[in-house]
Amino acid sequence: MTTIGPAIAPTSRGSRPAVRGLRGTRSLAWYLPAAIVFVGGIVLWEVVVGALNLQAFVLPKPTAILAALQANWAEGRFALLPSATATLQEALTGLVIGTTVGLLVAFASVRWVTARGILLPLAVAANAVPIIAFAPLLNNWFGLVNPLSKALMAAILVFFPVMANVVRGLVDVEPAAVELMRSYAASDWTILRKLRVPNALPYFFTAMKVATTLSLIGAIVAEYFGGASTVLGRMIVQSASALKFDITWAAILLGAATGIVFYLVVAVVERFVIPWHATLRAEA
Amino acid sequence: MTDPSPRAAQQTGPVVRVSGVDKTFRRGDRAVTKALEAIDLDIARGEFVSLIGPSGCGKSTLLRIVGDLTSPSTGTVTVNGKTAEQARRDRDYGMVFQAPVLFDWRTVEDNVKLPLEILGWDAARRASRAREMLDLVELGEFVKHHPFQLSGGMQQRVAIARALAFEPSILLMDEPFGALDEMTRERMNGEVLRIWERTGTTILFVTHSIPEAVFLSSRVVVMSARPGRITTIVDIDLPRPRTDETRESRRYFELVTAVREALRAGGAELDDRGTVGPGSDASIERTIAEGAVG
Ligand SMILES: Nc1ncnc2c1ncn2[C@@H]1O[C@H](COP(=O)(O)OP(=O)(O)O)[C@@H](O)[C@H]1O
Ligand SMILES: [Mg+2]
Repeated sequence: MTTIGPAIAPTSRGSRPAVRGLRGTRSLAWYLPAAIVFVGGIVLWEVVVGALNLQAFVLPKPTAILAALQANWAEGRFALLPSATATLQEALTGLVIGTTVGLLVAFASVRWVTARGILLPLAVAANAVPIIAFAPLLNNWFGLVNPLSKALMAAILVFFPVMANVVRGLVDVEPAAVELMRSYAASDWTILRKLRVPNALPYFFTAMKVATTLSLIGAIVAEYFGGASTVLGRMIVQSASALKFDITWAAILLGAATGIVFYLVVAVVERFVIPWHATLRAEA
Repeated sequence: MTDPSPRAAQQTGPVVRVSGVDKTFRRGDRAVTKALEAIDLDIARGEFVSLIGPSGCGKSTLLRIVGDLTSPSTGTVTVNGKTAEQARRDRDYGMVFQAPVLFDWRTVEDNVKLPLEILGWDAARRASRAREMLDLVELGEFVKHHPFQLSGGMQQRVAIARALAFEPSILLMDEPFGALDEMTRERMNGEVLRIWERTGTTILFVTHSIPEAVFLSSRVVVMSARPGRITTIVDIDLPRPRTDETRESRRYFELVTAVREALRAGGAELDDRGTVGPGSDASIERTIAEGAVG
């Protein structure tokens, strides 16, 4: 099981010189270089497309993309905002289902050895299948226009990283920590609550950061294979076939923005749930 | 026997009685390593007993058998008149390992509270006890820090505070200061003695440092290389309280020499700092490869 690396490498606990202060919040200045490169890249794109006189179907200017976004924001044949909302709903539904099932399987396989023997090899084998290839089948089973067929595609993609990472987090505890708990005559349930679950939280959040992106990919790709028309995937396919590439780009931009917001939400929740972890990471 | 600590004479009979203990590690049906052989050891209430011997001679195994983290192949362990398992269920043990084994997600204070939560103490009592213990190990200012923000020595003091918090009747310490530098180690030795004198706990302490064993203990149990056997028990009749002057006294040097000679007689290699060398690690591999012993 090596899909996603653990959230933290085990830190060495050798003798350390002194007390460390709390750190971990990065200043705005830290992000400045990245921001400059980003804005510079966009400007360069605009200038180069203008200078080379590239046709819009090859690469539209950023300003043209923004204009298309504005023109098709809420209405018309390519109404982007309702499409993005619909796709986000599918992705969110898939994320919730995939995460829930992933957590259930992870806890079951840690709790029961038999479950581990049956579930883990199956899950690993299933992960080796190019799952996205099942999209047409899901569309067939659950209905082409049923958002559930897209949500399930997202759920399947989300399931594996969540399951694999959480299993790792629950199992990869220091053996000495388990012995410590045994020396207190702690029950398995107490060991789960006070040792395994807290240990798994950073792994879980690492998985969630990947899972949010995967859920969007799953939903959008499933939409490529057909379905209700007011969704991002259909917008992309249809605008491209109508050679309205500025709209295609606008739809992609919207999808990207959704993905970034998704990620940031997870990062913020992580900060609240395991604030100590950001500090530990900054130390490493 | 040797000088008992203040609260020593409350109960009669040994706190720990190890009799006829052998331990053979097996892989499948094959005996792989004979770690301990014919171990008999009584520890009285309030004693400070050190185990010393070459690496791989079974010190940790013996400690873990006493603490019911593993069971003997033959023989019995009685703790406070009960089986080791019952003693563990009754929370008679405080354990300190070579690594501090603190939980990163808990603050220093909450790490100390961990056993108290498991024992079902109420929040107010937990808080006041955690403070008290952290003051005892002089970490009162660091209650809100996380373990990774502390030095190795401070982390080990948190581990000691945690082990003492629920007043276990026996403290089992497995090379608790093995990873610390010499100066920190000597300071920690002083602290452990201070705590032991104040609490009257019985301590079983594993070390590979002769000076440490002599400085701390009422008795030093010297073990031979595999299979681990008790070759000699050296009574340490140094006066208490032990201080830096103790380390310069003639009797101290005599006792260090006595322990060193007992170790040599048991076949251990020593380095010039009085540390028991790695001994026969290569032979461990060989034993396992050949499945020779047993
Ligand atoms: N779980 C185990 N399985 C097999 N062999 C073990 C195990 N634990 C310890 N041993 C072996 O038992 C011997 C004693 O080990 P240990 O008690 O750790 O020694 P010490 O603490 O004195 O260095 C060693 O040879 C070691 O390899
Ligand atoms: Mg050991």
